[in-house]
Amino acid sequence: MTIDNTPVELVTLTIDDIEVQVPKGTLIIRAAEQLGVQVPRFCDHPLLDPVAACRACLVEIEGQPKPQPSCAMTVAEGMKVRTQVSSVVADEAQKGVMEFLLINHPLDCPVCDKGGECPLQNQAMTNGRGESRFDGEKREFEKPINVSAQVLLDRERCVSCARCTRFADQVAGDPLIALLERGAHQQVGISDDQPFDSYYSGNTIQICPVGALTSAKYRFRSRPFDLVSVPTTCEHCASGCSLRTDIRRGNVMRRLAWDDPQVNEEWNCDKGRFAFPYVQENRLTHPLVRGEDGVLRTASWTEAVAVAAKGLLAAKGSTAVLAGGRHTLEDAYAISKFARGVLGTNDVDFRSRPHSTEEASFLGALVAGSGLGVTYADLEKAKHVVLVAFEPEDESPMIQLRLRKAVRKGRTKVTAITSHLTSGNKKLNANVIATAAGHEVAALSQAAIDADTVILVGERAASVTGLLSAVAEKAKSSGAKLAWIPRRAGDRGAVEAGLLPNLLPNGHQVTDANARSLAAQIWATDVNEIPATSGRDFGGIVHAAANGEISALLVTSVSVEDTQHAASTIQAIETTPFVVSLEIRPSAITELADVVLPVAVVTEKSGTFVDWEGRTRPFSQAIREHNTLTDARVLSMIADAMDVFIGQQDVAQLRAELAQFTVATDRVAAPNHGADVHNGLTLSTWNQLLDQGALQEGEPFLAATARNVVAGLNAKTAAAHSINEGDVIEVSTSLGSISVEAVFIESAENTVWLPTNSLDCQVRVALGAAHGNVVTIKRGGGM
Amino acid sequence: MVLTPILTAHWDEADSYKLEGYKRHHGYVALAKALKSDPDSLIATVKDSGLRGRGGAGFPTGMKWSFVPQNDGKPHYLVVNADESEPGACKDIPLMLANPHALIEGVAITSYAIRANHAFIYIRGEVPHVIRRVRNAVKEAYAAGLLGQNIQGSGFNLDVVVHAGAGAYICGEETALLDSLEGRRGQPRLKPPFPAVAGLYASPTVINNVETIANIPYIIRNGADWLKQWGTEKSPGFKLFAVSGHVKRPGIYEAALGTTMRELLEHAGGIRDGHKLKFWVPGGSSVPMLTEEHLDLPLTYEDMAAAGTMLGTGTPMVFDETTSVVKAVSRWLSFYKHESCGKCTPCREGTYWISGLLKRLEKGEGQETDLAKIDELCKQIMGRSFCALGDAASTPFPGAMKHFRTEFEAGVRTAADISFDPTATTVFTKANV
Repeated sequence: MTIDNTPVELVTLTIDDIEVQVPKGTLIIRAAEQLGVQVPRFCDHPLLDPVAACRACLVEIEGQPKPQPSCAMTVAEGMKVRTQVSSVVADEAQKGVMEFLLINHPLDCPVCDKGGECPLQNQAMTNGRGESRFDGEKREFEKPINVSAQVLLDRERCVSCARCTRFADQVAGDPLIALLERGAHQQVGISDDQPFDSYYSGNTIQICPVGALTSAKYRFRSRPFDLVSVPTTCEHCASGCSLRTDIRRGNVMRRLAWDDPQVNEEWNCDKGRFAFPYVQENRLTHPLVRGEDGVLRTASWTEAVAVAAKGLLAAKGSTAVLAGGRHTLEDAYAISKFARGVLGTNDVDFRSRPHSTEEASFLGALVAGSGLGVTYADLEKAKHVVLVAFEPEDESPMIQLRLRKAVRKGRTKVTAITSHLTSGNKKLNANVIATAAGHEVAALSQAAIDADTVILVGERAASVTGLLSAVAEKAKSSGAKLAWIPRRAGDRGAVEAGLLPNLLPNGHQVTDANARSLAAQIWATDVNEIPATSGRDFGGIVHAAANGEISALLVTSVSVEDTQHAASTIQAIETTPFVVSLEIRPSAITELADVVLPVAVVTEKSGTFVDWEGRTRPFSQAIREHNTLTDARVLSMIADAMDVFIGQQDVAQLRAELAQFTVATDRVAAPNHGADVHNGLTLSTWNQLLDQGALQEGEPFLAATARNVVAGLNAKTAAAHSINEGDVIEVSTSLGSISVEAVFIESAENTVWLPTNSLDCQVRVALGAAHGNVVTIKRGGGM
Repeated sequence: MVLTPILTAHWDEADSYKLEGYKRHHGYVALAKALKSDPDSLIATVKDSGLRGRGGAGFPTGMKWSFVPQNDGKPHYLVVNADESEPGACKDIPLMLANPHALIEGVAITSYAIRANHAFIYIRGEVPHVIRRVRNAVKEAYAAGLLGQNIQGSGFNLDVVVHAGAGAYICGEETALLDSLEGRRGQPRLKPPFPAVAGLYASPTVINNVETIANIPYIIRNGADWLKQWGTEKSPGFKLFAVSGHVKRPGIYEAALGTTMRELLEHAGGIRDGHKLKFWVPGGSSVPMLTEEHLDLPLTYEDMAAAGTMLGTGTPMVFDETTSVVKAVSRWLSFYKHESCGKCTPCREGTYWISGLLKRLEKGEGQETDLAKIDELCKQIMGRSFCALGDAASTPFPGAMKHFRTEFEAGVRTAADISFDPTATTVFTKANV
């Protein structure tokens, strides 16, 4: 991490007769905070542009005839400020404003969601008068109205602070809510035909200083003082957001963005905020074992573990592990260790989505064990950021916000190498090098990349042959900084833990004898247990299993619709004689497994996610009531039953073991694949933030804010296929087809865009295709 | 006192609003002169003349122009505030109807002086006939080569856009006007930056009132000292005084600054027969009211300020003894409540509260504590709102209380319509039938 050592110019002023020095440009309200003086405020928010609308923060400044809003005025040398602490003028002004704010505010605090954590309530007590002199009729509105399926608005509670509208406009870049009407009728509203379907809409609820904005999910569900709050880390993407999880009687009631200036600042996305019903609904509660009749039945842990151990032991030498990208660092490490030290195989891979050996080399050479690399702060300072096969708004929403912040400050330019001008790119004012999917390598040379550039390369780069090699080479030759942005919270941790066929923990190669002996020593196992050659990757395992070459599979946290071709994956698992599945909820794999072992969800365990920066984001257990076991604990029990002692495998042990793996010095060589040029129309695709993802199940209000499912293509390409805008088109491969409505977009030619895993558009289920693959399109097709 | 017909000199001519009529009386002579001068010398002339803004605040015009940074590489804009909406103010509208070319010539000269190639005239949307007339005048000027490209061979280009507002008093506030002009909802902007540095489209912008700009051709043609023959040292020049209310001949009287209200009343034929003056407001409802005792004060910026009020727009409203002060103030507060933009708390909530209290006083349903309460609420708004609308709204009540406290006290028990026959104050009273 780089530390900014630029000297800060200080300004000296007095606040309430106390001399303070603060950096030039500091707002008076912030300077007062440093003295411990809390000036009341509603519209003020440190991450929004000042607006000075609520007038709650008026202070007296010597030489000024009128009290001034401290939230909008910066300090000046020698300024003499008096807050409510030492000025009757300021105190009276603040109390007057507070009284005005309350005249039209309903007295429904006892039923309001915000009651108990309400800035209006609190500041009315600290900076208001005890009694209201208002005896007239309060303004009334019909309540509530939906500004989106998820966000509800009670207009009579609104104090017109414009925090929500400024957030939507300035931070998210989704100005879909605005203040309408005037005077006391002023209200937040939406356009008739455009709801507030922003990926970040939930933040407005959190920063609303009153109970005007509430979520359909949480409204009237709980009171703040009944909640137990636990700091957690978001399990959805690799942004690494710090969250606060609020629990009541063992159930998650809501999740909020927590303040982490280095990572998510004070924001998160709606998926992180609302997609949590999966942790408590439709869970697997007991182990299941397939009987001789072929039917799964509930079993005791003792029996299930014994059956699993027996089956795996019998298959030793022909086993493989399919892990997903949702594991904590500790669980991923335990799985990596179990594969090598207990099953004796390198056939282990977390990359259930499309991948390549080139990618495995890239991860080994440039990502694993590289520690904290490019950071959010680097993005904010960067002169130029180049997005390669990466859509931040969908794939890592906090990167999107940080880039937007940087762009708004005017320091940063963004270039995107992608198929078309996306809504996210527009909000970054990005220069889009429109590139047909699969042709990104050639486009790379069109971007001005130098030592002041940061390159962010996305997960789908893996399915474009030669792209990761070219990106690595470009970064090396230009001196540009490079970061790989995976899509899942557990992906980077899995790389660090060695959940790859070519890697041991911390970037060590499986082919390195010293590394193997280090691992054997830490794991107290025989070094010969660990195979000396790279194993099969996810696709290789699936292929081998389908051919009957694998006798037993351990599957954990895999969604088949993630895999290159869902049906092939199912068929491979079906063909495998013995399958152990570690799962949280019933899935397609449950139906195929011989032993199903329920494991803990993120709220039920402690652990660590490693975000895209390489920053560790440890979190503690939020819910203790459920008595579920982590993947690591379950594997420890299976190992015991296989007569291999690998320890208790609690988080402390796993962290201590992992720490013994020194960072590898002898690294995997960077990949050097040439580009593989496709002729023909290619598929551009990535997962939208809100889609059919397994962890979003059970949250209909959130799902209703997802984007419309459409196929996007260039008008010229459409014309070549006799397609008109609005036509239903059929996108096909040899494996199947999808019918979707076509819209014309500012896209490269000869490429068609589809969301990867959206409603009625599951590319890997229907087409078995990855980004960059050749597809055919034609008009028509039944919907 | 003598009237000083300058802007109004030829309003009685049938074609006063046409280019031909305007040109007959030295129209566009000043522009030709200006285009041959150094822009800075024009700014200096206006500065020397002492001309002050006629929109209400009286800010020195030349100084305003000089705030615009030069050679900054940004486009500059002139915006004419023709959103005349103040209750009682009706001077810019007639001026644009009868003498629009004085405004357009002023716009051209001012744009040349501040190096603007685009000017906007923002006219309130409720007066389509005036918008039409100014648009036609602009068209005439374009056709005559007085606007457009390379004006009169000078190399100076100027495009003028006549923009119709959508009916909001707040858009007379200059930064709200800019937001409205940019296509946004009209609400005042946070200052700094001031419009002279970052105004329209974040570029240096001068915003002047119609009457101010209409003065410019005359000053440029006749010189800075010419203006100083009227008025006082601090308030030089002449003014369109629009006298309305209970006078025999309401209308626009163009006279030197420093003229007294008594003189204006004489010109307007005095209070209607059988009645006597009760109170008057010198410049729109936003300035505190005055009474008989103030009739001999000179109508200048400084003398009005010394009397605790403001010259404002210089459009006196005159009320005779048939008027209920409570009702008048209540009407004004209803106006401010209706027009408050909603941005800041004191104005949004304060006008809502006060207008409610005044309504019940008007009905005779007030409470003993209401007067003190309204007075305090006005203090809670004054100086604490985002823009001057809140200040304006908190002005009428304390001003009225100073002179007519008992009338407000009566409002606790007696409805205004009982104390004052509501028909007596109208023109339909028996006396006038």
